[in-house]
Amino acid sequence: MEVLREAEVLDPDHETGEIISRGRLVWRRFLRRKSAVAGGVILIALFVVAFAGPHLTRWQYLDQDLSNALQGPSGNHWFGTTQIGQDVFARTMRGLQKSLVIGLLTAFFSTGTAAVVGASAGYFGGWVDRVLMWIVDLLLVLPSFLIIAILSPQFRGKTWLLFVVLLAAFSWMITARIVRGLTLSLREREFIQAARFMGVPSRTIIFRHLLPNMSSFLIIDATLNVGGAILAESGLSFFGFGVQPPDVSLGTLIADGTPSFLTYPWLFLFAGGLLIVAVLAVNVMGDGLRDALDPNSSAVKARTRTK
Amino acid sequence: MLKFLLRRFANYLVLVALATTMGYFLAATSLNARANYEGRNPRPSQTSIDAKLNELNLNNHTPVVKRFTRWAGDFVRGDMGKTFDERPVWGEMKQRMGVSLRLLLLGSLFGAALGVAMGVIGAVKQYSFTDHFTTAWAFVLLSTPVFLLAVLLKFGAVKYWNAHVPDSVHLYYVGEKNPGLTGTSFVLLRDRIAHLILPTLGIVLGQVAFYSRYQRNSFLDVMGSDFLRTAQAKGLRRRTALIKHGLRTALIPMATFFAYSFGLLLTGATFTEKIFGWHGMGEWFIDSIAKNDINVVAAVIVFSAVLILIAGLIADLLYAALDPRVRIR
Repeated sequence: MEVLREAEVLDPDHETGEIISRGRLVWRRFLRRKSAVAGGVILIALFVVAFAGPHLTRWQYLDQDLSNALQGPSGNHWFGTTQIGQDVFARTMRGLQKSLVIGLLTAFFSTGTAAVVGASAGYFGGWVDRVLMWIVDLLLVLPSFLIIAILSPQFRGKTWLLFVVLLAAFSWMITARIVRGLTLSLREREFIQAARFMGVPSRTIIFRHLLPNMSSFLIIDATLNVGGAILAESGLSFFGFGVQPPDVSLGTLIADGTPSFLTYPWLFLFAGGLLIVAVLAVNVMGDGLRDALDPNSSAVKARTRTK
Repeated sequence: MLKFLLRRFANYLVLVALATTMGYFLAATSLNARANYEGRNPRPSQTSIDAKLNELNLNNHTPVVKRFTRWAGDFVRGDMGKTFDERPVWGEMKQRMGVSLRLLLLGSLFGAALGVAMGVIGAVKQYSFTDHFTTAWAFVLLSTPVFLLAVLLKFGAVKYWNAHVPDSVHLYYVGEKNPGLTGTSFVLLRDRIAHLILPTLGIVLGQVAFYSRYQRNSFLDVMGSDFLRTAQAKGLRRRTALIKHGLRTALIPMATFFAYSFGLLLTGATFTEKIFGWHGMGEWFIDSIAKNDINVVAAVIVFSAVLILIAGLIADLLYAALDPRVRIR
């Protein structure tokens, strides 16, 4: 039997004996999950619509069409209009943009923080580990919703990027715990030991050897975090603790629409529907990615077992 | 065993104290109570504002450490300060805690129990219609924020339920009872339940989805394990083996999730209370932030930290009850 290089594997699923790279394998596994592919396609479509949509209609999200206030969906205003004649379609697209961008950025920073903190705690051990895990425990005791709500007067009138930083700052803890666990087992492996004995600095070991070896987990986690971040953002914005007017997010749109949810349902139904679709797409895609990237995950194991 | 629990308890206690301290500092520096008085018309004199703020321990010109020591000293003596309208915080907190705990208790109990049951069914009947159905709904519910779910429940109840059923089984979505209602205790109880269903659903559904996903995965792992095959080989019926040996093992990771999900549950209850007009702790929190009422915010922080402590302890107890290895330590 020929020796395979590390990046190449015998395709275990087709058993054709064909040699393919890991990337191809992951891609094939991902494509086999119809729901995950659908999630990915929907997510891309949402991005396109969110950024291209506003150019398809002549209304901007702050424009007022006073002669047509509070009208239902029509050819002129696709999603209807608000109490002060604003175009719901333009506002919803603007809100979708904000929510998607905030979700992506937050997930990126959150997983990044978790990776660095968790890997440092696991790699260095000792008091570094103890201090970092204490911080994690402490932040887990205070629900992030409470903290960000309390801090909300501080970023009122400032850029929404500050809001992203806060969201990320209070959502990395559980991931960090898992990364720490992964690091503890990786730390004892030969290649890490070898790097250490060769005198590679700790920072390089963490970024070049530890984190790339858990990239599958980090990718999956970041994807699922996008959904969580969108939910957190919209929840805070719903109460006015997040994105501030005149800017809008899906959360503020739903908040504006709920007082008249019975009489003028178009005010919140479109924003609400898109919110569910966006988060659902991310979650389904993350689930598919997990199966594709991590053959040891329970879902895949279970499937091969029943075969 | 006892030592393990005591150590955990001490650990949690320190965490709660630290978390509350941190929460108080954040609230006291972020919220500005002075603005409330300065915005009044006619504007009160500077000295009278200061006097009032000092009395309520809300003066932002006093160093925050000093305000905290005063608050903490009062707290140890059982006094949680006064609200902005100068009523004792504890008096109102007692009522509101009852309201919140009713929602939270029902939410966590039904959520965990139904979620575990659905997860087990999904795993046992893997790839059946039931499994696909529950999985799909779990995904949808996990992607629906509580506030949207609450509004949709209201919407559905009014448009589709109340419109088609007799008045006697109507669902209500404002408050926890009809204030003017009189009658036998049965009538009153039924009224309460009619008010309780929607808000409870609002938080239970998300919890069920959360638990069922994890329980399904963990039960699938257990189902393939050797000890279950052995149990069956020794003559145990599959059902008995699954319930007596499998479920117990599969529940162990759930204990940890119980502690983690409690924070989510608290946040969720805040939304449901606010949206369904229940005067609980969550609603109080949201309203107090707008009013810069630091003492109330601090009280809510204490409340949530203590609840998370209790949830953590319950999780540890469950852990010890389910996993014999913990008891030996």
